[in-house]
Amino acid sequence: MRYKLEKRREPSTTMLVVTPVASVIVTMLIGILAFDALGVDGWAAVRDIFLTPLLASHKWQDVAVKAAPLVIIALGLSLGNRAQVWNIGAEGQYIIGALCAAGVGLAFGQAGGFFVILLMIAAGVIGGALWALIPAVLRTRFSVNEVLSSLMLTYVSLQVLGYLVGGPWKDPNGRNFPATAPLPESQMLPSLEGSTMHLGIIVALILPFAFWLLMSRSTFGYQVRVVGSSPNAARHGGFDAKQTIWATMLIGGAMAGLAGSLELTGALHKIDLGFPSGYGFTAIIVAFLGRLNPFGCLLAGIVLAVTSVGGQLAKTTVHIPDSTAGIFQAMMLFLILASDILIRYRIAKRA
Amino acid sequence: MDFMIAAIITIVGLTTPILLAGLGELVVEKSGVLNLGVEGLMLVGAISGFAVTVFTFNPWAGVVGAAVGGALASLIFAVLVLQLNSNQVATGLALTIFGTGLSSLIGVNFTGRIVAPFGSVFPDVLAKDPFWKLFFGYSPIVYFAILMVFVVGWFLKKTRAGLILRAVGENDLSAHSIGYSVIKVRYMAIAFGGAMAGIGGAYFSLVITPMWAEKMTAGRGWIALALVVFAGWRTGRLLAGAYFFGILMALELYAKAAGFSFLPSQFWAAMPYAMTVVALAIISSRGTAGASAPACLGKPFTPST
Repeated sequence: MRYKLEKRREPSTTMLVVTPVASVIVTMLIGILAFDALGVDGWAAVRDIFLTPLLASHKWQDVAVKAAPLVIIALGLSLGNRAQVWNIGAEGQYIIGALCAAGVGLAFGQAGGFFVILLMIAAGVIGGALWALIPAVLRTRFSVNEVLSSLMLTYVSLQVLGYLVGGPWKDPNGRNFPATAPLPESQMLPSLEGSTMHLGIIVALILPFAFWLLMSRSTFGYQVRVVGSSPNAARHGGFDAKQTIWATMLIGGAMAGLAGSLELTGALHKIDLGFPSGYGFTAIIVAFLGRLNPFGCLLAGIVLAVTSVGGQLAKTTVHIPDSTAGIFQAMMLFLILASDILIRYRIAKRA
Repeated sequence: MDFMIAAIITIVGLTTPILLAGLGELVVEKSGVLNLGVEGLMLVGAISGFAVTVFTFNPWAGVVGAAVGGALASLIFAVLVLQLNSNQVATGLALTIFGTGLSSLIGVNFTGRIVAPFGSVFPDVLAKDPFWKLFFGYSPIVYFAILMVFVVGWFLKKTRAGLILRAVGENDLSAHSIGYSVIKVRYMAIAFGGAMAGIGGAYFSLVITPMWAEKMTAGRGWIALALVVFAGWRTGRLLAGAYFFGILMALELYAKAAGFSFLPSQFWAAMPYAMTVVALAIISSRGTAGASAPACLGKPFTPST
């Protein structure tokens, strides 16, 4: 029997929800088969990467700490992607955000407290937004493709980080190691007693509601959706495409900067060359797996955090390199993109 | 003089991988497809070329392996964007993430290994001569890259197949209606782009270092993408642009020697990336780049049947 694709009258909301779940499951199945073929216990590897971090309660805090920046960055990115604005330099905006927060912290020396932490985070938000403003200006003013410019700026930001932590901001008591001095306790974000769960995790839980309100209940959210789905209609409707690019890039950068400053003040407490850990890139997968929906981003952020924590775990249990988690993450993205077609088309029997 | 010769040899080396990957991507984009997976393809090429060389002790086989590896990886992208009409930007990004992960996974077993070097193409009298090595002392991949500039230029402008490829990129619906298979042409273009990016990646693992290191292409795939825009989709300008970027990248290595140490080394390391942004701004704002971009670039092909 032959099958063909038939266009649906309305995009399928069922498929919108089913396909991401199916993508995760199919990725796990492919993983089991592929590892078995490579002579590794496939089920053990997939179990440790996808399930153990969820089932073992002592892994939950690791998952939460990793999910928070992913969710926050993905929320900002999904807004841009909805407007067909492709900011893939979130990693750079995250780095610059963290550096700005660290700079404010250094300026206050050992002083800390609520207002200093708030200032540090504000500096991170502004720093990230300004770094994202560069590709926004280049796109609207000089029609430079933002994919390339935002990514190039990530490489620039890595060098800025390398210069600062290896030079002017190097810890004088740090045995000449390129890293900033650890934050004084008074500049650290409060954490849950006896755990690594910091306040930033609460922020990551609240923000999806804020973004949901913004997307579905505000004129701006409507504008973003219209500009993304039908640029011509947007022009006739009086929506300014340039303004949309600016706004979505700024919000994307601000969120990445927020994530960076929360990571500094809440989780890592210092910046070294290992600070950029790819959250800005993984968040792109989160945004797509979450179907650019704020609550979807929350769930997808948890899934991706699980695979990151699980990847570390599988490294010790079944001795596979931690880059394996990255392949699984990419596979999920491939599958979700491949299944996009099922939202607008159905599979029908050929007559 | 010796310094100049050494500097030029360095610049040629730095230019070769972006020239190869850029030429491949130029053909892909001429067919109307935007593949942002170049960085991932280069990494897949770097590791597959290295692995094949380790097993066969033959760098030539390694280059073929790199081309095959890059082409195969690019076919994942091709199936998604051509068969399933997935978003090209997102799918290209996924390919880069995938290629980065896959190359690290395979590379675990090859870290610390070394491979047989290429022999000289020309007799040692020329290849090892302090002056003539400037022209004859390079790895065969360098000559291949320059040869390919002319081959690709000739193919696109002078051959029937090149004309069809451009037609598909400029107006896929018309090309389809006069009987050309848009999908087939794009498959071949994408595979060619993958093979070229793969060889470009292998230049890192077989010639520059020569060994395997994670993420060793360090963003050069993205520079190759920028290069295509910078070149306005023309092969001659791509060659010139590649050398422009090669000089910028060499600055980092020579800044200290040339007495520029008053600026931190990170400044010079950031230079190629920052200058890429500036160059894109200049080229794009003049409008010449936009005018010469293939009309169907990045758009899915949806014939109304």
